Amino acid sequence: MIAALGRLIIGFTLELGKVLIMLSDTLRKMATPPFEFSSSIKQMQEVGVRSLPVVLVTGLFSGMVLALQSYTGFKRFGAETLVGTVVGLSITREMGPVLTGLIVAGRAGAAMAAELGTMRVTEQIDALETLATNPIKHLIVPRFVAGLIMLPALTVVADIIGIFGGYLITVGMFGASPTLYWRQTWDFLTLDDIYNGLVKACFFGASIALLSCYKGFYSEGGAEGVGKATTGAVVLSFMTILISDYFLSAWLF
Amino acid sequence: MIESVNLHKAFGDKKVLQGFDLEIHKGESMVIIGGSGTGKSVFLKHILRLLEPDKGKMYIDGTDISSLNEAGLYKMRRRFGMLFQGAALFDSLNVWRNVGFQHLQERKLKEPEVRELAEEKLRLVGMVNVGDLMPSELSGGMKKRVGLARAIAYNAEVILYDEPTTGLDPIMADAINDLIVEMSEKLSVTSVTITHDMQSAYKIADRIAMLYQGKIIETGTPEEIRNTDNPFVRQFVSGSAHGPIQLEGIER
Ligand SMILES: Nc1ncnc2c1ncn2[C@@H]1O[C@H](COP(=O)(O)OP(=O)(O)OP(=O)(O)O)[C@@H](O)[C@H]1O
Ligand SMILES: [Mg+2]
Repeated sequence: MIAALGRLIIGFTLELGKVLIMLSDTLRKMATPPFEFSSSIKQMQEVGVRSLPVVLVTGLFSGMVLALQSYTGFKRFGAETLVGTVVGLSITREMGPVLTGLIVAGRAGAAMAAELGTMRVTEQIDALETLATNPIKHLIVPRFVAGLIMLPALTVVADIIGIFGGYLITVGMFGASPTLYWRQTWDFLTLDDIYNGLVKACFFGASIALLSCYKGFYSEGGAEGVGKATTGAVVLSFMTILISDYFLSAWLF
Repeated sequence: MIESVNLHKAFGDKKVLQGFDLEIHKGESMVIIGGSGTGKSVFLKHILRLLEPDKGKMYIDGTDISSLNEAGLYKMRRRFGMLFQGAALFDSLNVWRNVGFQHLQERKLKEPEVRELAEEKLRLVGMVNVGDLMPSELSGGMKKRVGLARAIAYNAEVILYDEPTTGLDPIMADAINDLIVEMSEKLSVTSVTITHDMQSAYKIADRIAMLYQGKIIETGTPEEIRNTDNPFVRQFVSGSAHGPIQLEGIER
């Protein structure tokens, strides 16, 4: 029992060490020329385009359901004017970055793990090495940059569409005054809320890219191994997002 | 020029290389033969440090390659070309970009120049008008030849061929053998070739080495191998299922 726990801890520590080594290699390669601009842009398109439709739908409905729930709840003690504030704060601080992170992990992160995993098991990564091309620089840096930049960008989209969803329900369905809704949103929402949400998003984006690339890069055992790496990447990214979200919130706000 | 000393490599409990010694001289064409799964491809990967030995050393021009730093390692690898057993073409790039990959990465030549160079190498392996195809549109033998074109595209001093003629029709296989001979005779390339096809082995080899149970059990010129007394080598080159070499799980 204790031995099993020990093995678990050793395994976890080893894996964490390898992830950190990959992170430091990635940061170092990111800072040394030549820069892989065109592949970074290509990856940004991949991450952005793949996830945008889902982010739009999810963002809209999250804002709508938030407004619906808080309106009916607040009405009981006559505080329904606060709905705009609640929607604005919850979306920018929490739901925007977290939901966007989960979506990107499920779509773009899974794709990264599958792609790198396939390259590993078909020896394409070995081939890169023989062609004197560093696979960290060539494959991981562009994906890391894409995660780091696109997740905040998608979060901004989710924030805007979420607040708009809240407006739709509060004003459109419950007939609240539009000016009051906007006043309630903007008076209490500070730039810090949005900014801190975006800091979270950057952290999530970097983690998703790094962990998914890590899982793919070290996958082994043919098609089955690639499948394992892909699901592993999604589970690991989800856990990282949800756990780190708590600590980031405690630290930032 | 390439010297492996007492290489050992195991994957988990499975011992693959167990004291692999082999010296390959400059300008020589060395052919390695041996049963399936004995570790020929694993050895080839050790030459470029794609795999690191558990024990033993690999020397290139007298330098222990495990001592090289990243820049040194890539500098060494630039002198080599390698054809992978499964071709290992980049799925995301079309054929000519695969062949010209190293030139494109270096950015010393312009794209049209690289393309021209790639098309020329493709012609050498009997491929025309395929530059714009994606690897997924090629047959196994075509992939192999594109992989070969990529291996020779950078004017390497040393080329490692992992089963260059497997999966090709006999006429194409013979043409590829001619190409390999030409590379070593006209361009004095050093080469290491893995093959199961004794006919090609005799044709392209200056020397042949046989791998059995993790060790090189015999090296010699094609003539010497043909007339060897070693019963293991005799059995292998004559392609007989009967003899001292044990095939696991096959009852005779
Ligand atoms: N990355 C790896 N992980 C685990 N085992 C491996 C790995 N690479 C090779 N092996 C094992 O090492 C042994 C030798 O493999 P290798 O590919 O070198 O054989 P080979 O001599 O090239 O055979 P073939 O002629 O069939 O290509 C095999 O048993 C294989 O299962
Ligand atoms: Mg092999």
